[in-house]
Amino acid sequence: MTQEHILNEIRKNVIQGRRNAEDEGLDDELAGEPGVEELVDQALEQNIDPQEILNQAISKGMEEVGVKYENGEYYIPDMLAAAEAVGAATDRLAPYLEQDNQQKKGKIVIATVEKDYHDIGKNIVCIMLKGAGLEVIDLGVDVPADKIIEEAANREANLIGLSALLDTTMGYMESTIKKLEDKGLRDNVKVLIGGAPTTPEFAEKIGADAHCRDAFEAIRTIEEEETR
Amino acid sequence: MRKGVPVKPYPRLNQQQIELIHRASMEILNDTGIVVHGKEPLELLSSAGAEVNGSDQGGGYKVKIPETLVLDSVKKAPSEIKLGARNPENTLLLSAENPRVYYGSGSETNFFLETALKEFVPRGEDNSPGYIFPTYSSRRGCVEDLCRVAHLANQLENLDFFIRPINIQDEDITEENKDVNKFFAALDNIEKHVMAGITDLNQFNNIVKMGQIIAGGKQEFKNNPVLSFISCVTKSPLQIVEDAALRMIAANRHGIPVVISSSPQGGSTAPIEEMGMVSMINAEILAGVVLSQAAEKGAPVIYGSVPVRARMDNLHDMYGAPEFSQYNLACVQMSHYYGLPNYSAGGVSDARVPGIQATVEKSLSHLFVAQGGTNLLHYAFGLLLETQTFCPEQAILDNAHIGIIKKILEEPEIDKELKEKVISGIDKVMDSPYRIFSRSARKYMRSGNMYMGYPFEGGEEKDNTMLRVKEETERLMEQPRSCLPENIRNEVYNQVPGILPRLVKE
Ligand code: B12
Repeated sequence: MTQEHILNEIRKNVIQGRRNAEDEGLDDELAGEPGVEELVDQALEQNIDPQEILNQAISKGMEEVGVKYENGEYYIPDMLAAAEAVGAATDRLAPYLEQDNQQKKGKIVIATVEKDYHDIGKNIVCIMLKGAGLEVIDLGVDVPADKIIEEAANREANLIGLSALLDTTMGYMESTIKKLEDKGLRDNVKVLIGGAPTTPEFAEKIGADAHCRDAFEAIRTIEEEETR
Repeated sequence: MRKGVPVKPYPRLNQQQIELIHRASMEILNDTGIVVHGKEPLELLSSAGAEVNGSDQGGGYKVKIPETLVLDSVKKAPSEIKLGARNPENTLLLSAENPRVYYGSGSETNFFLETALKEFVPRGEDNSPGYIFPTYSSRRGCVEDLCRVAHLANQLENLDFFIRPINIQDEDITEENKDVNKFFAALDNIEKHVMAGITDLNQFNNIVKMGQIIAGGKQEFKNNPVLSFISCVTKSPLQIVEDAALRMIAANRHGIPVVISSSPQGGSTAPIEEMGMVSMINAEILAGVVLSQAAEKGAPVIYGSVPVRARMDNLHDMYGAPEFSQYNLACVQMSHYYGLPNYSAGGVSDARVPGIQATVEKSLSHLFVAQGGTNLLHYAFGLLLETQTFCPEQAILDNAHIGIIKKILEEPEIDKELKEKVISGIDKVMDSPYRIFSRSARKYMRSGNMYMGYPFEGGEEKDNTMLRVKEETERLMEQPRSCLPENIRNEVYNQVPGILPRLVKE
């Protein structure tokens, strides 16, 4: 396969949302054909510049997926499938990419706060952020504030994402931020919060940097933050 | 063929109750008797073996029909009937044994309800952006309305057959030209099956001719009956009306399917208790079936049960009454017990305008009567105020709601082959990082068979449904019409006398 051909195949498979050969994608009879993982391996073997793979194939594919979503052709399941495919590709590419490239996009530690087990929304956000090129460290559910802060500090994350779905656990968002301040770490990170019961007013009240209604708003917020 | 909704009928009545009703109906026919008007129906019934009593002093003759004659007649009538359409993909198959529910419009309201959207600003809040609310006004229907409504109905995906929901009351519509114009206005704008009653028996042959030209010939019309008839052969309680009987007989002799319909009101023209109501209407329709088979052995007839309940404040019909659904469900069972395809009603509201009352009343009967497995469920689109008004916006709402009901009634897809696929799908997700099943929803979502959400969702803290519906009405009305091909149109116009020139020459 020529370089152009292989990049094109990667792009197409991002649009189809196929991580690997096992995924069936959207169009008929794709199962069994190489998916993004196999294609990226092949591209690397052929010494195609990893940066090129990222820009020419993966980002381009994701842009097209975005357009399809905007015009109503794609729905959330399609976005997630594409984002997962992108996530799978970036995992493969990570060791080859220059360090500062990753840094630029950002590193986020995400968790559902203590005593809260809801994670569907948080997982969607993780998949989408990873698909958008961020490094995502997902700590899971029922995560105490100390653990979140510790991980963010150790991994040198510039972002913290907190999810809560219960009125009784929303309070842990506030105490997490309070503890960050107490430890003098508040200025190192931006804190994004989300989950159905949270609102922009609540975010302001507890001193979070942003409230995000959904994963798209999270991506937008983070991108705006970068260009600031 | 149109898919309809194949249902496993919900048995409101158990076998014993069905048989009890049958017994009661047989006693009514054999002992009480039915009053028959008109020479021809009387002769037909008596030569078939019914006993004619007394003499007619303007009140008709009492006719007693023995059970053997009823059962014999029922056996002669077909249990499966095909109804055709301009577009053969819209063919309907009515089977008493394996019923599919088809939803249709109907029937003959006099008033057309117009919806206008107006902006209101709360008093004292002059700077407020205002609120848009629908306002309604009612006027008499005309033949142009019928054309527009048929055009709309052609596009409503859940409307399976057409009965004109608005009467044509133009000044140039007379008793003589009404039939040809109502059939023409409908058939020129809709590619689905068209049913109607006949006003003037003299027009019968003209309507048949119209059907033959549209279907492409005499034999073609037999194979693809693009139109069929409805005749209220009986008038409750227990009378056979002469001209309605003659209209039915005409259809029987031409082999054209005809609905033998009866519409008693529980509490005024029929007993209000379910057992009394159903026993009596069953007797009435069966008397019609006997007459049809006496006129033409094997004539395709449809058991038309439209039992309603009277309201107690003014003795009008009350369609939102739960008894209405009970009566109709029970009648569907009786009809299928005799192996006859059924026509019944559901989806009328007593409310004057679209809204909560209309939605509740309509949806419940749309659902329950369909669960009985009726073959043709008419009255289902746009009818308000006890079938006195038709509102196109309401028809669009009904179309959406019937879509939901059709989806609910869909047969479960559970079989051996699927089992492996299901398990391997679950295994795959369990091995994936976030264990989300949305990936496997992608194809299902695009199968065309997934409910994608309420089509008129508001999206604000106010009810915007009617706004959306109004937009949709306008959009559909502006679509190009699916008229008859020019040559056929002209042929109908030239061969069938009485069609208004303005319907052909725009
Ligand atoms: C699914 C669900 C569950 C599932 C969770 C499964 C799972 N794997 O997560 C189960 C059944 C386990 C569950 C359990 C309970 N639940 Co529950 N649950 C829900 C439900 C129906 C949906 C939540 C959801 O997943 N939504 C879908 C996702 C996509 O949306 P989302 O979470 O809002 O996420 C989006 C955004 O908010 C945002 N976002 C979310 N997090 C984040 C984070 C960041 C960083 C960013 C940027 C953005 C972001 O982006 C996401 C993607 O668009 C809600 C009702 C509701 N409408 O929210 C109740 C609800 C949250 N649950 C409720 C309750 C009461 C409970 C229980 C206490 C029930 C019980 N008595 O046991 C337990 C609590 C368990 C616990 N301790 O956590 C209540 C909470 C009321 C309250 N007190 O505040 C709710 C509101 C239902 C109700 N009305 O009663 N629940």
